[in-house]
Amino acid sequence: MTDKNSAADFIHRQSFIELDARERATALFDAGTSRELLGPFDRVESPWLAMQGVTPQEDDGCVVMKGRIAGHPAVVVALEGAFQGGSTGEVSGEKMTAALDLAYADSKKGTPTSAVILLETGGVRLQEANLGLAAIAELMGSILLLRKYAPVICLSAGTVGCFGGMSLALGLASYVIMTREARLGLNGPKVIEQENGIDEFDSSDHALVWAIDGGEQRFATGLIDALVEDDTPQVVDAIRRFVGNGVPAVHRSTQVELFRSRIKALDTSRQWDPKELRTLWTAKSATEGKQ
Amino acid sequence: MEQIELTYPAKRAVPKRAHVGVVGSGDMEVLLEPAKGTSAQVSIRTSVNGFGASWKAVLDRFFTKYDGAARIQINDAGGTPGIAQLRLEQAVEASEQ
Repeated sequence: MTDKNSAADFIHRQSFIELDARERATALFDAGTSRELLGPFDRVESPWLAMQGVTPQEDDGCVVMKGRIAGHPAVVVALEGAFQGGSTGEVSGEKMTAALDLAYADSKKGTPTSAVILLETGGVRLQEANLGLAAIAELMGSILLLRKYAPVICLSAGTVGCFGGMSLALGLASYVIMTREARLGLNGPKVIEQENGIDEFDSSDHALVWAIDGGEQRFATGLIDALVEDDTPQVVDAIRRFVGNGVPAVHRSTQVELFRSRIKALDTSRQWDPKELRTLWTAKSATEGKQ
Repeated sequence: MEQIELTYPAKRAVPKRAHVGVVGSGDMEVLLEPAKGTSAQVSIRTSVNGFGASWKAVLDRFFTKYDGAARIQINDAGGTPGIAQLRLEQAVEASEQ
């Protein structure tokens, strides 16, 4: 294998980030096994955007596909980051939840059906406010049901990343995968700067933003399970591996004491930098231990 | 947001439907599907108001070459006439494959 930082390796990579949501979802399935549910020609679009002067998209920025991954039945939900920042509205939220609920129903009947959620989203769609919030709450409930029977895998490849309420949903996943280009956080950098001032967080300082929210840091502090290059075969391999692993013995979100003790041990009277956090938070969680 | 409806004569059936593009800033999605009869209907929804003449010019030129009986829907988020032309040609290519 070539050096992963070599020019030849870089040139031969097949970017995953450059794919749109439909292409991303299709790429994850075993060849020829996928079919789209509620595609653009079914014309189930947001009823709220047009009345606010925003052009709707026919699939509401949410692609749902069913098929097989590494031979296992699976459903993939992909958010289109280019449409309204991948934001969750009434329709896109319902599509996500319904897809997971169908996977849950199949799993309960004896056909474990994994779910893969591709998150490129700033969270709730502001034009649909409460409906988007409700959708995220429902999605979280559906993840909790399904993850007892089959793994729920979240992937944020970038460049939008995953923020807002959807980062909470991601936190419930059985496994989380990121690239170093992707960012993950509850409040986005601009929101923190707007609410707490530029002294708290300078959102124009990209090195700072990625040092805190970036995939590399999230992996090094044990908050996600795999860090992959922006290369479609690498992304597909990671997804296939986690689908094959099945349900983890312990989910990260149940390890309340581990994360509480991490926060408790932190001296908040001084400013920590991201590198120090990596050495402080190397304690491996149970899902990480399986890698 | 503005809605624009245009109709053009058609001579032949369209083999299959096609969907291309994303309603992202400066871009659009095009849905092209076979229609019955001998005309093509184009429905445009654009987030930028007041460019009806530009849309008509782009579609007039497109239909000097294209003669399929299609129902075409364009959802636009501020794409330029060049982007519109390319997305339409991409949709035709996908539907003829």
